[in-house]
Amino acid sequence: MDKRLERILPRVQKPARYTGGEYNQIIKDKSAVELRVAFCFPDTYEIGMSNLGMSILYHTMNSLDYVWCERVFAPWGDMYAEMKKAQLPLYALESGDSLDSFDVLAFSVGYEMAYTTVLDMIDQAGLPVKSRERESLLPLVVVGGSAAVNAEPITDFIDLFLIGEGEEMNNELLALLRTAKHEGWDKRDFLRRACRIGGVYVPSLYEVSYNPDGTLASMEAKDGAPTRVTKRIVQDLDAAPYPTKPIVPSTEVVHDRVNLELFRGCVRGCRFCQAGYIYRPIRAKKPETLIKQGIESLQNTGHEDVTLLSLSSSDYRPLAGLCDGMLAYCEPRSIGLSLPSLRADNFSMEIMEKLQKVRKSGLTFAVEGGSQRLRDAINKNVTEEDLLHTCAIAFAGGWNTIKLYYMLGLPTETDEDIVGIADMAGRILHCWRENAKNKSRGVKITVSTSCFIPKPHSPFQWEAQISKEEYLRRVNLLRASINSRNVVYNWHDADTSVVEAVLSRGDRRLAPVIEAVWRNGGRLEAWSDYFDYQRWMDALDKFGLSAAFYAERERSVDELLPWDVIDVGVRKEHLKRERERCYASVLSPDCRHACLACGALRLLEGGKCDG
Amino acid sequence: MDKLRLRFEKTGRAVYISHLDLMHTLQRAFSRAGLALKYSEGFNPHPQISIALPLSVGVASVCEILDFRLLMEEDPASLPARLSAVMPEGICVTDCWEPVYKPTLLKYLEIEGVFEYDSRPVPEMRYALEDFFSREAIVITKKTKRGEGPSDIRPAIRSISFAEGERAVLLHAVISAQEPTLNPALLPDALRQLAPEYEPDFAKFRRIENYLENMEIFR
Ligand code: SF4
Repeated sequence: MDKRLERILPRVQKPARYTGGEYNQIIKDKSAVELRVAFCFPDTYEIGMSNLGMSILYHTMNSLDYVWCERVFAPWGDMYAEMKKAQLPLYALESGDSLDSFDVLAFSVGYEMAYTTVLDMIDQAGLPVKSRERESLLPLVVVGGSAAVNAEPITDFIDLFLIGEGEEMNNELLALLRTAKHEGWDKRDFLRRACRIGGVYVPSLYEVSYNPDGTLASMEAKDGAPTRVTKRIVQDLDAAPYPTKPIVPSTEVVHDRVNLELFRGCVRGCRFCQAGYIYRPIRAKKPETLIKQGIESLQNTGHEDVTLLSLSSSDYRPLAGLCDGMLAYCEPRSIGLSLPSLRADNFSMEIMEKLQKVRKSGLTFAVEGGSQRLRDAINKNVTEEDLLHTCAIAFAGGWNTIKLYYMLGLPTETDEDIVGIADMAGRILHCWRENAKNKSRGVKITVSTSCFIPKPHSPFQWEAQISKEEYLRRVNLLRASINSRNVVYNWHDADTSVVEAVLSRGDRRLAPVIEAVWRNGGRLEAWSDYFDYQRWMDALDKFGLSAAFYAERERSVDELLPWDVIDVGVRKEHLKRERERCYASVLSPDCRHACLACGALRLLEGGKCDG
Repeated sequence: MDKLRLRFEKTGRAVYISHLDLMHTLQRAFSRAGLALKYSEGFNPHPQISIALPLSVGVASVCEILDFRLLMEEDPASLPARLSAVMPEGICVTDCWEPVYKPTLLKYLEIEGVFEYDSRPVPEMRYALEDFFSREAIVITKKTKRGEGPSDIRPAIRSISFAEGERAVLLHAVISAQEPTLNPALLPDALRQLAPEYEPDFAKFRRIENYLENMEIFR
């Protein structure tokens, strides 16, 4: 171990997150590999080690014998300060080698608030943050993950983006890089060839121009780059690699458990939800595959918990059978089985009751909108009747904590809808009084709101975000409407949502803003400990840009959008139509009832969308 | 099955795993090795597994003692290999037997220390340390549960000697493990408080062996 590190570690909080050495980490002989990949997660160890995508791709990249892929996380503030003081560069956990010994820095970026951390980690690797200032081919700096569906704000810093699912694409890129390294290609040559790999977006191959009003005028592909980059998907999830020997952290992380992914995509089509659109088409895993992989993973890790992941678990057709299969293994071994993202309906309650045999937790419902009209407008197909019915069963079954999540500022929302949230909480309380067997334990109903962020590739991508002031007005209206001691109201403040809205729908002109925020100390900004709203506003000001232009401006439907260069499968016409139906408060059927031909099907080679 | 006792090493990168995290890590290792731990009875059952002397973060050891009970009959001789195969880097089980003594009888710890001096002359430091630790009383201010108070650490040091290493003075000592417990970190801390000119730039420790009151090896 590096002497400097040895002296720092006893002084920082939770040093085990900075050492590596965990069970199931992959160690290779560095003299025997041809490419060294630093797989960088621009957030803490605890968050990154809970990320299933990271775990999958760590193993797929390491499955190439000529590659050694190692993990790098962002140090927390105390460690960061110590490292700067000791002039200790950022290093990878497996080998402890600093990032200057790597050929690729591959970032997994799941949310925009991590952008400044990405810059910081490039800098800590001793590299210039701007792509064009890194003249040699190696190290190559690439970004994948869901934030890449609008890559524009960080295109100045990144050599190429990997759009969509990385299981196959990453390894195709690494194969090309291996050839390039052998044959001594220069960076330009390499990028021009890399852009022909499906899903690879090389931003330097696009010429961008703007209109006088600041909107995009054109985006021209050069040097044979595709006009639009189509997202990659894995065709057959049952055959796709899944790590049944994941790394077992030796210290506590956010989600310390075995993760099983039921399916990708979502049948629901909630109009505000980016995830519901960018992960289509819908592909499910067979329960047999899941049970086999689940049991193997539990045996190889010794975990006490397993979670069934998806965007909407209730929509997994063989859910009951899967739960039975997993419970048969878990129950006798006291292993907890948990199932987030359940819908508020009868069927889900039956499943919940099964799971309760092992463990009891609170119930959480994402209701999103306060009235039926609004829920229809956003296509959130949950009725108050269903919700009350579910609550009745839950209260009768002994639950006494319910969490309800809503968004404020959704398109078409009125004050009536907001008051409706309080009314609904009141009716749930009433439902508890009527159904709870043991009232002496009391009840706690928590209402949480966040400020709606219009996201690229969702039907609301053209919508305006409400201003901070307006959000606060709506919060106060709701506060005033809630008048029971059993109902607790939490609201997330809108500062982060504003910055997130700017970044998620931003264009290339934001690059200097992001750089300025980072140079002024911005990093780990998904954490309120480190987020600074004013720093963002000052930086926008400095470069003559305004948050309102990006966040509060409604786009016209024929405006060229910065993320139009990315094709996630779903057609723009489909998004437009869904938005129109919102304004007409018309529900769209979910994919189980009727395929609306969203367009994602064309990504499946002769396959069938499991909608 | 009856109580069993393991001896294991915690060295290298594993020294940064905290006591609480270590307990969790060991439980998972048992599970990976296919060894079901016995759980306690009661409302909130927990696995019957306990460490004789919790180790501070950053301190290495080749003599950690873990007591546990298994559900099934197993050959103790087979356990070190089975468990070591599923441990994180730096943790290695070296022995397993049926306990002879109660953990409360573990009285002394043999430790090694490395006091690093980046620029001060090592021979001089070595003499200074020998001199300092041969004082009759070494009274330092120690944080206790009831705030700060004076405490003489000298009676907790059974024997101590020093040798010269590379840019470091090497310490070898037998210190009291229980009643009173002497945290080795208090040795450089005593220098910081009473003779700062000899305080090392960095100090690290390793546990070597456990003893009973009569200096017989604790089994
Ligand atoms: S192709 Fe049809 S079924 Fe599949 S996601 Fe799109 S709308 Fe739903």
